[in-house]
Amino acid sequence: MQYSIFNLIREGINKHKGWPAAFRHPEPKERYDVIIIGGGGHGLATAYYLAKEHGIRNVAVVEKGWLGGGNTGRNTTVVRSNYLWDQSAFLYEKSLKLWEGLTQDLNYNLMFSQRGVLNLCHNLHDLRELHRRINAIRLNDIDSEYLTRDQVKAFVPILNMDPNIRYPILGGSLQRRGGNARHDAVAWGFARAADRLGVDILQNCEVMAILRDGAKVTGIETTRGTIRAPKIGAVVAGHASVVAGMAGIRLPIESHPLQALVSEPIKPILHTVIMSGAVHVYVSQSDKGELVMGAGIDTFNSYAQRGSLQVIEDQMAAVVELFPMFSRLRMMRQWAGIVDVCPDASPIVSKTPVEGFYVNCGWGTGGFKATPGSGWVFAHTIAQDRPHRLNEAFNIERFSTGELIDEHGAAAVAH
Amino acid sequence: MHLIACPWCGPRDEVEYAYGGEGHIARPARPEALSDGAYADYLFMRRNPKGVHAERWVHAAGCRRWFNVLRDTVSHRILAVYKMGEPRPEAGP
Ligand SMILES: Cc1cc2nc3c(=O)[nH]c(=O)nc-3n(C[C@H](O)[C@H](O)[C@H](O)COP(=O)(O)OP(=O)(O)OC[C@H]3O[C@@H](n4cnc5c(N)ncnc54)[C@H](O)[C@@H]3O)c2cc1C
Ligand SMILES: [Zn+2]
Repeated sequence: MQYSIFNLIREGINKHKGWPAAFRHPEPKERYDVIIIGGGGHGLATAYYLAKEHGIRNVAVVEKGWLGGGNTGRNTTVVRSNYLWDQSAFLYEKSLKLWEGLTQDLNYNLMFSQRGVLNLCHNLHDLRELHRRINAIRLNDIDSEYLTRDQVKAFVPILNMDPNIRYPILGGSLQRRGGNARHDAVAWGFARAADRLGVDILQNCEVMAILRDGAKVTGIETTRGTIRAPKIGAVVAGHASVVAGMAGIRLPIESHPLQALVSEPIKPILHTVIMSGAVHVYVSQSDKGELVMGAGIDTFNSYAQRGSLQVIEDQMAAVVELFPMFSRLRMMRQWAGIVDVCPDASPIVSKTPVEGFYVNCGWGTGGFKATPGSGWVFAHTIAQDRPHRLNEAFNIERFSTGELIDEHGAAAVAH
Repeated sequence: MHLIACPWCGPRDEVEYAYGGEGHIARPARPEALSDGAYADYLFMRRNPKGVHAERWVHAAGCRRWFNVLRDTVSHRILAVYKMGEPRPEAGP
């Protein structure tokens, strides 16, 4: 059933008894044309675009837990496209353009809110680097503007503008088209839209092995039995090394915990997203009123979905210096996701030496914003067996050729 | 939060240490002879196991010496601590 104001009114009169399930829970078929491993936003988006853009509908998405139970449901939902290098700028901007029409396209309210993303700078070098970045971004036709110290103050009056703090605010760059979206809705929206095009979504189905015939993949061994397909795409974020390892592929990825926390809900106080690489803060306010804040990664490798306390302490110290009024807030919940960190802070969306096996990983601390774009280019890569122009540079060979895409600066803080 | 026993100073809080990533990656004896692929493998490719990981730590805010740790990346349990240059022990208890 289409979600619309008319159906909402009809169901309202009907006491909401007529809504059908958003998607099916089918039994696995024996064989598909494509299997996507990982039911996070990226995997579900890939399946959706395979069906919608490439007419490949005999597709399964295989998820070991529940939809969006990975980083998709654990992130702080910052969406933006202000990246330095051309390759990244084009890929993230493609994604942002898709975001702008996605609620209508999926017929699912993603609560996408272009409230702006403001990056602060705190020293002279920051300031110069910020100008360089703004210029590079604008040359790529992406919106980015400089705010002076006074403009920052006018835009977010609750910021601490005291020039005598350890890291005084000197200015900032604003991407007005950036903002937030509702993370769960992204997983559910893509799942429902993919399901309506015939995609099977198989939850509680963990991939244990990848079956090969020589240099070709033939299927997967799962907790719900053997499923065959000539093409398999792995989109498993923190588990990238584990699943690629099943196909005999080594990756330059390391898995780390990344923590976030939310405060008790308060009245509207922060209307935009604030980020600062120097003191490591990213904070926004959810529609429920909670302040949503992300910390940095724990340095050690981990699959435990929990991090250490000092990382949160550092994050809170920075938040309280920037927003002294937040010091009285109580934090309600804290959690971690396992992020797949790549040496150049850029993703890998690529074919592999194993025929029919494709990987999409390395989004690390900042892949939520890329969800639709990542799915879009990955669907193309799988359907055509070659990358799209937008993800050509994000291949796995770049670690041998040296053509790295160093986005540590634009990735700035984990977000 | 880990409690790590430095081989020289004994058990100390994780905040005193810095992490050094996967252990036992030997610097190639003749780097100029490596192929691009072998170089990529040395520089970038990592085991990143879900389970027991042999890794390096340095007691940055203490004796400042490096050592190896065998640690489970799922339970965060430390299975062994051993000195640089020593072989990786069997995965402990
Ligand atoms: C705390 C935190 C804050 C973040 N903040 C931001 C932000 O503000 N902005 C931003 O752009 N990005 C952010 N990110 C990063 C972002 O969340 C991720 O890059 C993105 O969500 C990854 O999506 P995904 O679909 O690839 O992965 P996931 O949503 O993690 O999906 C992968 C799925 O694969 C499944 N899986 C794993 N192994 C198997 C197996 N063997 N068989 C079957 N299924 C398997 C997992 O269960 C999981 O559901 C943040 C991440 C964290 C943890
Ligand atoms: Zn010591």
